[in-house]
Amino acid sequence: MPEYQNIFTRVQVRGPAYPGVPLPAGDVPREGGTRFVHLFGRLGDAQVGPIYLGQLGILSLIFGFIAFEIIGLNMLASVNWNAWEFLRQLFWLGLEPPKAQYGLRLPPMREGGWWLAAGFFLTLSILLWWARTYRRAIQLGMGTHVAWAFAAAIWLYLVLGFIRPLFMGSWSEAVPFGIFPHLDWTAAFSIRYGNLFYNPFHALSIVFLYGSVLLFAMHGATILALGRYGGEREIELVLDRGTAAERGGLFWRWTMGFNASFESIHRWAWWFAVLCPLTGGIGILLTGTVVDNWYLWAVDRHFAPAYPQLWAPIADPALVQGAPR
Amino acid sequence: MAMLSFEGKYRVRGGTLVGGDLFDFWIGPFWVGFFGITCAFFTFVGTALILYGAGIQGTFNPWLINIPPPDLAYGLRLAPMREGGLWQVITVCAIGAFVSWALRQAEISRKLGMGYHIPIAYSVAVFAYITLVVIRPVLMGAWGHGFPYGIWSHLDWVSNVGYQHLHFHYNPAHMIAVSFFFTTVLALSLHGGLVLSALNPPKGEPVKTAEHENTFFRDLIGYSIGTLGIHRLGLFLALSAGFWSAVCIVISGPFWTRGWPEWWGWWLNLPIWHH
Repeated sequence: MPEYQNIFTRVQVRGPAYPGVPLPAGDVPREGGTRFVHLFGRLGDAQVGPIYLGQLGILSLIFGFIAFEIIGLNMLASVNWNAWEFLRQLFWLGLEPPKAQYGLRLPPMREGGWWLAAGFFLTLSILLWWARTYRRAIQLGMGTHVAWAFAAAIWLYLVLGFIRPLFMGSWSEAVPFGIFPHLDWTAAFSIRYGNLFYNPFHALSIVFLYGSVLLFAMHGATILALGRYGGEREIELVLDRGTAAERGGLFWRWTMGFNASFESIHRWAWWFAVLCPLTGGIGILLTGTVVDNWYLWAVDRHFAPAYPQLWAPIADPALVQGAPR
Repeated sequence: MAMLSFEGKYRVRGGTLVGGDLFDFWIGPFWVGFFGITCAFFTFVGTALILYGAGIQGTFNPWLINIPPPDLAYGLRLAPMREGGLWQVITVCAIGAFVSWALRQAEISRKLGMGYHIPIAYSVAVFAYITLVVIRPVLMGAWGHGFPYGIWSHLDWVSNVGYQHLHFHYNPAHMIAVSFFFTTVLALSLHGGLVLSALNPPKGEPVKTAEHENTFFRDLIGYSIGTLGIHRLGLFLALSAGFWSAVCIVISGPFWTRGWPEWWGWWLNLPIWHH
């Protein structure tokens, strides 16, 4: 099978750099100039830049940088400003949210205040980046689908770090910054609330996570397999169906009895990708606020296996009131 | 009947790998082919056995049906039907059906003059499945290490195997796999959103082309990978997610038996830190 399978671009055509379609009046000029990276050209487009920064972009980058610095400097402080140890323990280092005793009040900077500050600036940065995504689409006369997909991810982020802590009445419920710390938080969260696998919204979120991967594998492979018919000219093929679109559709029709169109596959894609964080956020928001133990919740609804009681029941220390606590 | 307006001119003979013209026909929208027959056979037998197992179990609630693998005591031998033998036969049927499906995809690719990207991509998923129910159990010395077939019961298995390694998030291959999963969803949302935003502009605006697509992403992040590149990237990300998932489970048990957090000790103890 020594056949060209369209995995890499073998011959790169290098024309003059293209700055992009003209900007509407009121926009500042694009920045950064253009250059070509040969390796990028092997996979996709070789041209890098220009970029449109604008006020939203610059402010977003500044606030993002502040958040990044707060997190990094706190980590560095936690190893006594030893750069070597910082490198060694980087994956273990974290910036933890305030302790439960502070509730929703402002804690001292060293006991969660910096976490609040970092979260504030990161959120600001993300929201500004969202506004930028929206505005760039409008300025180019395009739909705002990318911005709304981004909003779904922001929803999950806000549920984890802001909305759920608000409902629970304590910043301590939020996720710490850091590689291993946020993984520890995730595992502890699942165990504390009786195994998140029994949370139906978690299950839905995973379905859309795996479904998105399946869809992109199917879609990406279909377009590459249609390379010799120009299958990657998707918009042209939506508007004026050519042989690439016909073959791609028939492949799936003959394989599984059903096919999307060149436009509708992107609607499937958008919805699967958007529903992943959307349902995930709902699952997180219900945990601890509405449902305290997903395993027992599932036993009540007869879909989790109930095990025989071998020992005397033990009261959950977190639920004990008064003196024993 | 189930033909699209342009379908007739594509329904021509040829492209088969096995059987010549014998199975080269359609039923409704489905193309059959030799591997369509074998796929239907394995699917029918496997599904019937699952229903039989559900009967033994005493539930036909699709959420609760559970076909468990044999007890570890059976090692790599065949188990009696009611004690895991069903799981073993169903596994054979599943692999038979999956491989048939991949080969049928290859035949349809040939029929339509397309590349082999789809069957190759699908094979990565089949490889991940075979890693879970054949390669890892064989390396561990018992079919009992396979996962049970059931909607909720397989989640219990994932949970339990995860905690056997104390904290599975610390598995480096798992970290890579999860990163690829999340990145794939991100890339999919960007690609789907971008194409839709070009095709569905605000009222009064003309439909946009790839020129605007590229400009939007260059304006936003300084780089646009292009219409062909995004599909290469998407396929790479998606297949990497599946591949590293297979790696992360096959190293858990056969090659690392302790808790995963402990694995990171090598990094903390590198000689470069002591000076």
